[in-house]
Amino acid sequence: MKYEKKLGKTLGMGQSMLDVRGLRKVYEGSGRRVEAVGNLTFTVDAGELVCLVGPSGCGKTTLLKCVAGLLTPTSGEVLLEGRPVSGPPPGMAVVFQEYGRSLFPWMRVGANVELPLRQKPLTKARRRALVADALASVGLADATGAYPWQLSGGMQQRVAIARALAYEPDVLLMDEPFAAVDAQTRADLEDLVRGLWRERGITILFVTHDIDEAVYLGERVLVLSASPTVVREQVKVDLPEARDQLRTRVAPRFAELRTRVYEQIQAAKRGTA
Amino acid sequence: MKRLALRLFFVVALPALLVAAWWLTSDDSTDVYWPPLRTILTTFPDVWTGERLRADVLPSVLRLLAGYAAAAVGGVALGTVIGSYRRVRAVCEPVLEFLRAVPPPVLVPVVMLFAGIGDSMKIAVIASGCVWPVLLNTVEGVRAVDPVMSQTARSYGITGMARLRDVVLRSASPQIFAGLRQALSIGIILMVISEMFAASNGIGFTIVQFQRGFAIPDMWTGILVLGLLGFLLSLVFHLVERRVLAWYHGLRAASRRSS
Amino acid sequence: MKGRRAGAALGAAGIVGFLALCEAVSRFGVVSGDYFPPLTRVSGALVTEFGDEAFWTALGDTLTGWALGLAIAVTAGILAGVVISMVPFLREATASTIEFLRPIPSVALIPLAVLLYGSELRSVLLLVVYASFWQVLIQVLYGVQDVDPVAEDTARSYGLGAWARVRHVLWPTALPYVMTGVRLAAAVALILAVTAELVIGAPGLGQRIAVAQTSQAVPEMYALVVVTGALGLLINVGARAVERRTLAWHQSVRGEVMV
Repeated sequence: MKYEKKLGKTLGMGQSMLDVRGLRKVYEGSGRRVEAVGNLTFTVDAGELVCLVGPSGCGKTTLLKCVAGLLTPTSGEVLLEGRPVSGPPPGMAVVFQEYGRSLFPWMRVGANVELPLRQKPLTKARRRALVADALASVGLADATGAYPWQLSGGMQQRVAIARALAYEPDVLLMDEPFAAVDAQTRADLEDLVRGLWRERGITILFVTHDIDEAVYLGERVLVLSASPTVVREQVKVDLPEARDQLRTRVAPRFAELRTRVYEQIQAAKRGTA
Repeated sequence: MKRLALRLFFVVALPALLVAAWWLTSDDSTDVYWPPLRTILTTFPDVWTGERLRADVLPSVLRLLAGYAAAAVGGVALGTVIGSYRRVRAVCEPVLEFLRAVPPPVLVPVVMLFAGIGDSMKIAVIASGCVWPVLLNTVEGVRAVDPVMSQTARSYGITGMARLRDVVLRSASPQIFAGLRQALSIGIILMVISEMFAASNGIGFTIVQFQRGFAIPDMWTGILVLGLLGFLLSLVFHLVERRVLAWYHGLRAASRRSS
Repeated sequence: MKGRRAGAALGAAGIVGFLALCEAVSRFGVVSGDYFPPLTRVSGALVTEFGDEAFWTALGDTLTGWALGLAIAVTAGILAGVVISMVPFLREATASTIEFLRPIPSVALIPLAVLLYGSELRSVLLLVVYASFWQVLIQVLYGVQDVDPVAEDTARSYGLGAWARVRHVLWPTALPYVMTGVRLAAAVALILAVTAELVIGAPGLGQRIAVAQTSQAVPEMYALVVVTGALGLLINVGARAVERRTLAWHQSVRGEVMV
């Protein structure tokens, strides 16, 4: 199956796909108020790959869950294609860090990928085709009949990515998806995501705490402050579109961008402006 | 091949040894209560004829299955509702803890007041005794659904019946089966004693008749039949469980290997 | 903290609601008061029971049968479990026999107990011990199986003898399982103690319930049922508290197998 850059076509490149305006999230409980996210504003254009990077414990996951409609923000709003998000919208898919707990261990890989599709008005043949295509594009065409727990961690995360792809989302949200896999697998998975993004033109919002990963993957890197989180800086990644683990990572421009993001994060940790 | 033979040997050896020991030590027994195994086994086919299987074993088993099925369906349904809502759970928990703690056999005289001494009494006794382990385990299982899994389901729009069927109940199924397993042992106990209390047929009734009539070898055959029935039901349960929870045992084995 | 207090309040509301429901169904004639007397009458009967010396004797008898049976079963279960699992040969040789004997319902032994011991305490013990023994044994076997081979090898390489290995490696790993076994066995032991009293007529609460039932003393019967429930509740709560205390040092590795 051949995918066009379908979102680019319907919306026109450069139009904002995801719009986060003045997002605030305050947790209240047992007499304590914790402001996890404070007045956060940014946009993600259609077909863009944006990385969110911030110091650990800065409320990245809270932010992502608000964007995904899994948490209700205290104030502010999230717009997906101009429509406000209240509850998980059908055009969004999330890939969680904990692949082992996000795949259903009682279903085989094929059924895991297919389950979300059964909520959509699709024919059985169409569902099958989507599942097969998604699994093939993450390199797991042969694993349909296996249970997730029979696969390695990296392969399980590939299944989770395939499930998100088959869902054909407008926006793919990824919450530190590679934080729990080993370094080798991690590099492979980064290239996989980058490749899928270029091939299919999906809009991706990628949350990570790894600066190298953010610069290597993103077209744009949003540096977050410490909690209560706001956007500290936006760094445009002007590296060539075709990237690879060997050359890109040693390119002088990569080092510059990396240093810039690094300095911002360090400043964020110290809490200086 | 040799390994298989060895394993078979291990499976058969001790039971064979025990039966042989029973046979030999009891063979010249004159104690009325401990008749020779030879006598028990020769009595067996005379007692448990096709007619008796139909008239006594079948009704017992049917009542057990009816009560057990009612308890399983009711327990899972109610447990899912209670387990899904935190407030409902908080309201019901103390009462349920008490009801579960009542030893099921005391339900026999209570249910007899309402339902007389017919089949409905026995089915009601079995159902009302078996329902608690199923109910409480279901509550526990439904409550413990992994938050990442339920968020995944929510983010993919898996809600309502699909969520219940494909996520919540599947995730709770190991717990539910643990409850069903406990319920099965309770069910057999209740089947037997409800028949010992008041009945005109059934295995429990027959055994008590033999005992009261001092037909000791016949009584022993009854004990064997009950033992066999317990073993067979547990075997069937085990096979069903292995099938339904194959994923769970695989998952456990996998995480054991990696840790 | 706040959530916990709210939970307790809801639980209390649940209990009050349940009691009000019990009172209402008989007051408003939903169920005949002859079968299901209003709460006020049951609590009246309960107070009368508390004033009756025979009630306390019966309670003591039930507790004696329970405690003695449980103690025997736990001791035997732990000893047998440790011995069987220490010797690989025994493990394999006994597996099939255990799988066959375990599901045999202990109520099958009722007629035998009646013949051998009549309504003596030994009848109760026979049933209680048979039923509870397997609960402990199975958990011990699984617990010992769970011993980390690395820990075992480490202990061996440091030249620890068999006894030291049991004490420092095997026992700490198996302890959570043993405690689970004891908790399950405690509940089962009460069920069987009451069953024996109810069906065989061994002295105790169960026998008092049977007498109340045959003499149509319905409120007294319910009062006694409530007492057995309270006893069961105390045993469950107590067993869990003991389990928590013993295992405070490794809550996270608390083991339990589904059997």
